[in-house]
Amino acid sequence: MILSITYLYWLVGIVLALVAGMVVLDKTHPKRFFAGTFWGLAALIFLVGDKLPPALVGAFVVAMAVIAGCGLVTGGKPKVLSAEARTQSAKRLGNKLFLPALTIPAVTVIGTLTAPYLKIDGVSLIDPKNVTLVAFGIGCIAAVIYACGLTRDTVGQSVRETRRLVDALSWAVLLPQMLGMLGLVFSDAGVGKAVAHLTTSYVNMDLRVVAVTVYCVGMALLTIVMGNGFAAFPVMTGGVGVPVLVGVFHADPAVMVAIGMFSGFCGSLVTPMAANYNIVPAALLELPDKNAVIKAQVPTALAILIANIALLNVLAFR
Amino acid sequence: MQTTVSLWPLLGVAVIVAGFVLRFNPMLVVAAAALATSMAAGFPVEKILAEIGTGFVKTRNLPLIILLPLAVIGLLERHGLRERAHMWIARIRSATAGRLLIVYLLVRELTAAVGLTGLGGHPQMVRPLIAPMTEGAAETRYGKITDALRYRLRALAAATDNVGLFFGEDVFVAFGAIVLMVTFLHEEGIDVAPLHVAMWGIPTAICAFLIHGYRLYRLDKRLDRELGYQAPRTGDAAPGTAGRATELARQAASNARGEQA
Repeated sequence: MILSITYLYWLVGIVLALVAGMVVLDKTHPKRFFAGTFWGLAALIFLVGDKLPPALVGAFVVAMAVIAGCGLVTGGKPKVLSAEARTQSAKRLGNKLFLPALTIPAVTVIGTLTAPYLKIDGVSLIDPKNVTLVAFGIGCIAAVIYACGLTRDTVGQSVRETRRLVDALSWAVLLPQMLGMLGLVFSDAGVGKAVAHLTTSYVNMDLRVVAVTVYCVGMALLTIVMGNGFAAFPVMTGGVGVPVLVGVFHADPAVMVAIGMFSGFCGSLVTPMAANYNIVPAALLELPDKNAVIKAQVPTALAILIANIALLNVLAFR
Repeated sequence: MQTTVSLWPLLGVAVIVAGFVLRFNPMLVVAAAALATSMAAGFPVEKILAEIGTGFVKTRNLPLIILLPLAVIGLLERHGLRERAHMWIARIRSATAGRLLIVYLLVRELTAAVGLTGLGGHPQMVRPLIAPMTEGAAETRYGKITDALRYRLRALAAATDNVGLFFGEDVFVAFGAIVLMVTFLHEEGIDVAPLHVAMWGIPTAICAFLIHGYRLYRLDKRLDRELGYQAPRTGDAAPGTAGRATELARQAASNARGEQA
């Protein structure tokens, strides 16, 4: 392939290196050397992470966690235009302001749909394994160029704006990656198996309703722990779904897995472990309570989980 | 039977739960949990660090969707994107926070169900557009709103994006989760068609829309009651807060006219 996801890692690495440089040079930043080190290490991992010895990267990660844990990744004073200036500019540019923002989804969708046909000499233009992400990256680059043209601003300014937002998001930017890493460590160490073992050995599943409930609630609980329905699925389906629901009660396997995965998603809605969906938006929307998004989702998640148990009971045993 | 599965790895889960409950920094909690889990599995120090390093490099794709849109979103915000979203929604008189989010929920869920998951998302859609529009709709209707309500509306905007995405994308046949489920069942000796799995996701997808949509509908009713909104009657001077709302709407309309001139 021609455009692989590695280029996006390099792009992010360069941007983070620039952010680190700007933070270190910013004399008004309260913790410029610590915060600069944090972003510098992150940049290094994006640029050459796969070439460095894994143990060294691991040491970097632990160092970054300690810097973040001591509250040293704070932001500088953001330099923004006044509210009047922004309102003026919003009036001047009108609805055209929406277009660069909408370029990202538009290019992502077009790229995803046309990727199978984009070939040069039989070589795919877009990495077939990461079509959506690469198309998304192209969309973001196209959107920056469009936005610079529309607002008559510079790419340099867009990097300064990136720094403002990265400063505001702080370590939350890298939390999803930390949790992804933890998920891999968990599955290597057999955490899922231990949880499935606990649920199956201490609950009596002679009644069909109980077995269905254990499967759905188990999917949700395990997803809460692992932060990811995909990690919970093989454990619960291998431990309860296939041997008990299909083996003993003859459930329709297609219905069982579809509703089982959705039960896992109910867990994703209520766990800080699913940081990309729950913690990062709280940081992005500048909410003082980091769990505000989770709190807003709890009633929906519980109601859908109950609906799932009822649906599985009815639909899987026709 | 108890002894066949080691329960020691659960130590990592305990660290996570304790860390989040005691409100330590999440980065530190996760690093500590990874260390505890691999120590419980009996790995030597260098292997533990290597395990963490390999995992972190393997998951570099995860922050891309947060980091890549920041440049364009930041630049557009500098030039008034959020203010524009505010003005735009103020022109639509029938828009309320709840109705706006119900429409977004429907669009997000339907587009995700046909595989277009890139059409939403927190950095590129919720922060610059959906959240300011929701706040704007509430301000047009009720006048100035408290910070507590503002934060609540933002959290609900983020929640709506998540619910729409989660319960829409699993109906899409080519979604990774469906491939995972079908492959897993195949290994267990059970063959199902991916289309069947996708189809049986539809009842839950509908329930999710009804449940979350009903909560958003209730939100409007509750705000109307708590903030004392009355629909302005025609030919009658609207009293109280409704008067303020129509005044704001008139201002917004004149703003809109002003910029066209």
